Amino acid sequence: MSLGAEAVRKVARLARLKLSDAELTRFAGQMDRVLEHMADLAALDTEKVQPTAHALGLTNVLRPDVPAPETDRERILANAPEREGPYVKVPKVIE
Amino acid sequence: MSWETVIGLEVHCQLGTRTKLFCGCPTGSFGQPANRFICPVCTGQPGVLPVLNRAAVELAFQAAMALECRLAERSVFARKNYFYPDLPKGYQVSQYELPFSRDGKLAIADKTVRIHRIHMEEDAGKLLHAIGSEELPYSLVDFNRAGVPLIEIVSEADMRTAEEAFDYLTNLKAVLQFGGISHCDMEKGELRCDANVSIRRPDAAFGTRVEIKNLNSFRAVRDAIVHEAARQAGVLEGGGTVVQETRLWDVAANRTEPMRSKEEAHDYRYFPEPDLVPLVAEEAWVARLRAGLPELPAARKARFMAEFGLSDYDSGVMTAERPLADYFERVVSVAGRPAAKAAANWVQSDFMARVKAEKADLAAVPVTPEMLAEVVTMVVSGKISGKAGKEVFARAWETGKKPAELVAELGLTQVSDEGELRAWVDAALDGNPKAAADVRAGKEAAIGSLVGAVMKLSRGKANPALVNRLIKEKLAS
Repeated sequence: MSLGAEAVRKVARLARLKLSDAELTRFAGQMDRVLEHMADLAALDTEKVQPTAHALGLTNVLRPDVPAPETDRERILANAPEREGPYVKVPKVIE
Repeated sequence: MSWETVIGLEVHCQLGTRTKLFCGCPTGSFGQPANRFICPVCTGQPGVLPVLNRAAVELAFQAAMALECRLAERSVFARKNYFYPDLPKGYQVSQYELPFSRDGKLAIADKTVRIHRIHMEEDAGKLLHAIGSEELPYSLVDFNRAGVPLIEIVSEADMRTAEEAFDYLTNLKAVLQFGGISHCDMEKGELRCDANVSIRRPDAAFGTRVEIKNLNSFRAVRDAIVHEAARQAGVLEGGGTVVQETRLWDVAANRTEPMRSKEEAHDYRYFPEPDLVPLVAEEAWVARLRAGLPELPAARKARFMAEFGLSDYDSGVMTAERPLADYFERVVSVAGRPAAKAAANWVQSDFMARVKAEKADLAAVPVTPEMLAEVVTMVVSGKISGKAGKEVFARAWETGKKPAELVAELGLTQVSDEGELRAWVDAALDGNPKAAADVRAGKEAAIGSLVGAVMKLSRGKANPALVNRLIKEKLAS
């Protein structure tokens, strides 16, 4: 099974990754090998195996609905490339 | 041949928790400064782990119960991947293949609308494109809402008119409010709706559907459906085809417009959220939640009829909204069940008129249920007249003073002492000999002017029923 450069280009665009042509070719090859491995798994009979959504055997990890101490928002906003007052500033987007 | 409109609704509802879905940031951010309630978890800083809010899960489960859905034994959170500036992590945590509930129903006027599924998800942040009327050359992001717990309730395409869609939303909101699941305040974004609309010839296959967004009120939903159905009919009758797309409702222009940004075909690449373990609806937990589910609107309406002797109509009005039903029930609990019908009349007339005129919040009206109960009790017992009751109510609303105090202050206590009343009756008969003669001659209707004269003499304080009797006695003798 081969993914092809077009599919890799699409996945890269969805992930906002900029790849050179050389990278595209290289990654397409690597992703093909990943898919080949998946094909090996697909050959197994999994009829009676429950799909796994999580590697841990845990369920229902919950916390009480109690407010936590406030975080210093300045420390978070300091990570924004640009800001205006209390807002994060981004290029114009409009729907 | 006519067209039939086919409508399905997707409703997002904020669960009434104190904190966000996966972190301890408060949810009550309406009117707060931007980015006040944010933390490393809800802004997606590296290395953090989300932990699911128990109260959000419980409210979501109760929503499913209230809407007669089947709870999934096991549900799984998934990442919905896309880039948009209001989404700090680059994905929204939602549920995809394994939502926590499916297959519910909600009754509206003449039919039952099936509910396809309900799933939990986190809200995104809020984008600001203008300050006041001034359009900004950039956009601003406020993450206060990012991570706020939502349920998305997806109906089947079972509605056929805009009116049915309106009824569905009205009843859905009532169920969610009465069930204590959400406050459903649309102004605060706690209830949001998208509509899927298509048209077809009756009994034909479904047509191509258009999704309408930007519906900020139930009325907008109704209007948008009517206009969109007409637009689609125009397209089809002109030989065109309806394109599957998302359109925005423009409330000022009264029409839908295609979204400006042509969205790329969505490819969300959902996958199970590795940071959250599966959710299991354990039997004992579910049973406890079911037992704790508050009384729903239909049950409450039936109870008001059975316990308080209200008519179907009155009971429907009293249970239209949870805060009103709570207010009314409190009035009755103080005034007593025999006064329930009178209480319902007061709530529907003077009280609602004030609430509507002042857009008052039922939880903070100046006339508390206890105060209204006092007014009702005084009128029902004959201590004050109905007219005086209206005045006391109005003054109580304006001043916040206790009704009993106002009655004393304004001298409104109704006079039922026969000795006092007879003096007024005598004076009225002396002053209106013609009317008195008419009554004596058998003209019953003339008694009205005599009662009126007594009321005038007593400045409205005389008990009219007693006055009526005393006049008749006097003239018969």
